[in-house]
Amino acid sequence: MTAVREQTAPRPPLGTGPPRRSAGPKTRRPSNPTGRGVWPYALIAPAVLGMLYLLVYPLARAVVISLQDFGLRQLIVGDARFVGLDNYATLLGDSRFWEVVRRTFLFMTVSVTLIMVLSTLVALMTERLGRFGRTAVLSALVLTWAMPVIAATTVFQWLFHSEFGIVNALLTDLGFGSFHRYPWFAHGPAAFVIVVALVVWQSVPFAAITVYSALTTVPAELYESARLDGASGPRIFRSITLPVVRPIFLLVFSLEVIWTFKAFVQIWVMTNGGPGDATTILPVYAVQTALSSQRYDLGSAASMVTVVLMSGVLVLYFRQMLRQEDEPV
Amino acid sequence: MSATRPSPRTRPLTGTRTRSGTGARTGRTTLNAAAVVTVVVCLFPVYWMVATAFTPTRDIQSDSPRLFPGTWTLDHFRTAVGADGFGLFWRNSVLVTLSAVLLALAIALGAAYAVARMRWKGRRQFMLMIFIAQMAPWESLIIPVYIISRDTDMLDRLPTLTLVYFMMTLPFTVIVLRGFIGTIPPELEEAAQVDGCTRPGAFRHIALPLLAPGLMATSLFGYITAWNEFTYANFLIIKQQDNRTLPVWLSSFQNVFGTDWGATMAASTLFAAPALVVFLLLQRHVTAGFAAGAVKG
Repeated sequence: MTAVREQTAPRPPLGTGPPRRSAGPKTRRPSNPTGRGVWPYALIAPAVLGMLYLLVYPLARAVVISLQDFGLRQLIVGDARFVGLDNYATLLGDSRFWEVVRRTFLFMTVSVTLIMVLSTLVALMTERLGRFGRTAVLSALVLTWAMPVIAATTVFQWLFHSEFGIVNALLTDLGFGSFHRYPWFAHGPAAFVIVVALVVWQSVPFAAITVYSALTTVPAELYESARLDGASGPRIFRSITLPVVRPIFLLVFSLEVIWTFKAFVQIWVMTNGGPGDATTILPVYAVQTALSSQRYDLGSAASMVTVVLMSGVLVLYFRQMLRQEDEPV
Repeated sequence: MSATRPSPRTRPLTGTRTRSGTGARTGRTTLNAAAVVTVVVCLFPVYWMVATAFTPTRDIQSDSPRLFPGTWTLDHFRTAVGADGFGLFWRNSVLVTLSAVLLALAIALGAAYAVARMRWKGRRQFMLMIFIAQMAPWESLIIPVYIISRDTDMLDRLPTLTLVYFMMTLPFTVIVLRGFIGTIPPELEEAAQVDGCTRPGAFRHIALPLLAPGLMATSLFGYITAWNEFTYANFLIIKQQDNRTLPVWLSSFQNVFGTDWGATMAASTLFAAPALVVFLLLQRHVTAGFAAGAVKG
């Protein structure tokens, strides 16, 4: 990809006014009347309409609901009353909510750290493997990644089944007798560990494959000439590999933060947030509040808080994205 | 990968060579061991799902599970396929997934072309919007989508799911397709236009065939997203149980079958199989698509 795009002239960085269209190879393009005028707008119109109706509108509705008194009665009868920031006050005054926020960040930090470390190691390893090993590892990663979330969640429940689960059997065989019939899903920390294990297992393939494909874009000549110059392994990694991989690395990092922040299905299906509250993170809390307790207003407010917290990460993501966009498209 | 191997010229002097030689050998062993561990950790849950699905119930419910089933049986698959509504839910899933992916492809192709090939005001803002949409907090939108669907009489209906899945996959599809279109030199189409093709004609005859791998990769991602989606299918299809999709059915499977883990794993296998097979067949396109989509997008 990169090789193709590097042929065109770089665009001036963001914020320095409109790009100079006349500069460089652009002039070679014949002036095409269909390239201007109404055509591009007609082409993007369906996408824009879709986004407005299916994304922007629901988001606006969520904001409105979070400012209303909106329970089961209002859902059926309508006539919801605006209550200002009352829902947010209720939420932020609830110690259980803060416990959930704390747990969400713990969950995210632990999972993302594991994902990034493991996937980087796997990517570096894959690059150094022979042809056969590389194919084997990549196939295994792709298969893991293709495993549907629900299927994987069900399998993990089965792996950690207290009576007939293979994990308990293996641990017992290895001499950890205390794991005989150990009820993983009855203990908060144990259930939390399984949820993290599942999310990490599911996320590493994408991260590893992406980092690996980034590693392969480093031109071989760069490595060769660095070696001819007598550069050491760590030095080569720092001066050649890292600059190429860094943007992709940051990108994967941001994506994983967002994805673990939104991990819902695994938890909902596997533990329903339990035992007690041990695996309840923000999205689970929001759905529990809204759809199980029929407090749509509080649920929406919790969702909005989640969105705000997540947009902190989005800022990071976009700064990265915009830096990439500076490259010619 | 020859690049990573040191070339003979840069080999250090004799004294160090033997040392680095053994070092390289232990390094290689560690590397291969790590590769084996990776493959095993990745594949074991998948293997265990399939193995359990073929194991007779009496062997499943034993205190010491065996790594390789002693006897094989198809009973669990019969139970799963014979379960109430299996065919129906399968059909629902296929229907919703296919229509969402095709819709997203058609609409994204136009948008991606406009972004990659045309210069127009607001192009940058449009791409920014797409990037924001890609990060959409779908889990946080379930409540308003639920209420909007109810207000428009779209609750419990498959087209609602189709629309939601279409929107979930659209941004990604636009981004990746834009990347793919960007790799096709515009000169090719221009030459065709000089030869008398119209612009759409030039696109159809020149660019579209070259885009095939890109279309394949993106539809694959859309397919996986839609095939997998659980939350909306679970909360938007409530009264019309006939309109449920496979993931929801699978999640309720244990309740339906009590503790029949063999049948549960057989059902999981049947649900996962299409995704696993398609991914494995298209593995090269998948990684290429990621190089284009995630790395550049």
